Amino acid sequence: MPFLEIRSLHKSYGQVPVLKGIDLTVEQHQVICLIGASGCGKSTLLRCVNALEPINSGEIRLDGEVVSGEGTDVNRLRRDVGIVFQAFNLFPHMTVLDNITLAPRRVRGLDRSEAERRGRELLARVGLDGKASSYPDGLSGGQQQRVAIVRALAMNPRVLLLDEITSALDPELVAEVLDIVRELAAEGLTMLLATHEMSFAREVAHQVCFLHDGVILEQGPPEQIFGAPTQERTRAFLRRIIEAGRL
Amino acid sequence: MTPAGGGSASPAGAQTSPGTTGLASLAVLTVAATVIFIIWTATQLYDNAPPSGLGHWVLLAVSVAGAAASVALLRPAAAAVSDGRTARQMQVAGDAVGFRVHRARSRNSALVAMGSCLAAAVVALFVLFLLANNRAVQQTFFAPDMVSRSWLEVTKAFGTNLFIAVVGEVIVLAWGLVVALARLAPGPAGRPIAFLATAYIDAFRAVPAIIVIYLVGFGLPLAGVPVLSAMSPTWAAIFALALVYGAYVAEVYRAGIQSIHPSQMAAARSLGLSYSATMQSVIVPQAIRRVVPPLLNDFIGLQKDTSLVTVIGTVDAFTQAKIYSSNYFNLSSVTVVAALFIVITIPQTRFVDRMLARDQSRMQARG
Ligand SMILES: Nc1ncnc2c1ncn2[C@@H]1O[C@H](COP(=O)(O)OP(=O)(O)O)[C@@H](O)[C@H]1O
Ligand SMILES: [Mg+2]
Repeated sequence: MPFLEIRSLHKSYGQVPVLKGIDLTVEQHQVICLIGASGCGKSTLLRCVNALEPINSGEIRLDGEVVSGEGTDVNRLRRDVGIVFQAFNLFPHMTVLDNITLAPRRVRGLDRSEAERRGRELLARVGLDGKASSYPDGLSGGQQQRVAIVRALAMNPRVLLLDEITSALDPELVAEVLDIVRELAAEGLTMLLATHEMSFAREVAHQVCFLHDGVILEQGPPEQIFGAPTQERTRAFLRRIIEAGRL
Repeated sequence: MTPAGGGSASPAGAQTSPGTTGLASLAVLTVAATVIFIIWTATQLYDNAPPSGLGHWVLLAVSVAGAAASVALLRPAAAAVSDGRTARQMQVAGDAVGFRVHRARSRNSALVAMGSCLAAAVVALFVLFLLANNRAVQQTFFAPDMVSRSWLEVTKAFGTNLFIAVVGEVIVLAWGLVVALARLAPGPAGRPIAFLATAYIDAFRAVPAIIVIYLVGFGLPLAGVPVLSAMSPTWAAIFALALVYGAYVAEVYRAGIQSIHPSQMAAARSLGLSYSATMQSVIVPQAIRRVVPPLLNDFIGLQKDTSLVTVIGTVDAFTQAKIYSSNYFNLSSVTVVAALFIVITIPQTRFVDRMLARDQSRMQARG
């Protein structure tokens, strides 16, 4: 049985259709990369999976259970599905450690000392043990994004959604964030990530999906998508990426 | 003025500019006139001093100090003249940059001198206004004997104003947040609640505070509503002001909450926090930080409006002062009330200014 299953997902903003029937299957321990032009709906798809956006029709299943549509316990779903945003979205009025422990304490009901012990452990893993009591404003973009990843991981999600998490970073800060994702992939965390980092996608992804005009136009292992794409649209997209020097 | 000719051989700005010396001379004339005016005002003031006692010596000291201080106006005027002279020498010597620098300094000093004269003259005029008509103005508003007779009772009664203000502010702080959250209540279930909150806000921002106080203070006892009609006038006043300012403060909170970027809500919800947990831990704490300055502004308004409770017979400072003023046909006791409000308000306004400046610089630092 597939772990995360998206069936015929439709989503429009008002009258404007953005996703026009997405079908996608993610097996456990798989890493799936979503690529496609800016505005093609990558963020929207990830937000739908996390129920941050209501969907118009279709179905999302997690571990066999339907987790979309009316009556879904979104707060329960979100305990299992974490998301990291392009713009970090840390809580500026809280310290790094409070950012990380807020959800474990308020949602999972952990007591403070337990939550903080785990939070510090995770921070140490991403090399930020010294920053536990700093505020987000005092950190670099790369450090903030690492904290945001830790914040999502602190809830022990079974799937992690990553929405262009390096797009807002200065080039020299990208590597420190991607290193963490690489590690998570090696540990077998199931991940669905939208990215513009094609070489990174080629390296970590088990499957690459090219989104175009509201559907997944082409899907396959990275060697196929980057090496021998069958669709003209995919080739055109990759050509533009190469011209921009990003592959 | 000389045209700025592109092909001119001499450096820009090196031409004669008749305005420079003119401005310095004007400053000298203004300062001279102002100093004479102030010294004359000081003599008038001393003429009006009582023949003996503390008042005599105080007014003598004030007169002498005022006259002496006016001489300080000569300094910028002198600087304007000397810089103007230096500028002219440099112009003759062909030093265009030096000329420009000293001309600018001369102008600056001249403007400082004239600005200071304006301020000093206004103060002197005010003193003369107080002395006018055989000190009638001063006697009506600032009679020392009336002030000393009334200030203690008035200041004690001002405690009622402070009590109403502080208790009212505490209530408003909580009540305004409740109303704001009601107005922003999400989803279809929240719509009727939001409608109710909006109706309340619209109503109580429209009705003048004095009318709400009047209606609550006299109306509730008349209507014989249980509990509410048993309120003392002071508590009726607190209740009325909380109703009015709750509406204002709710709007302040709402603006603050809506100014928090939706991505903060998305981030918290994505972690599994409920709407109310998100509001409580993430949105409201950030919003409150942003609304402290406008909140303090509304509080200053509330404090001033405590004087309106006099219409329902609460014995506050104004009520107390009016007893003196009507008994003695003299308004000095009311001036004491005004002074008390100034004394409590100015530190708060300065505090708000400081906070706003701090926020401003922080925003700029963040770019
Ligand atoms: N909240 C919204 N309201 C209306 N339109 C939106 C909203 N969010 C995104 N869109 C539109 O949906 C399309 C897909 O956006 P997005 O999912 O952000 O694309 P991507 O992440 O691939 O760049 C875009 O055309 C965008 O303008
Ligand atoms: Mg996007």
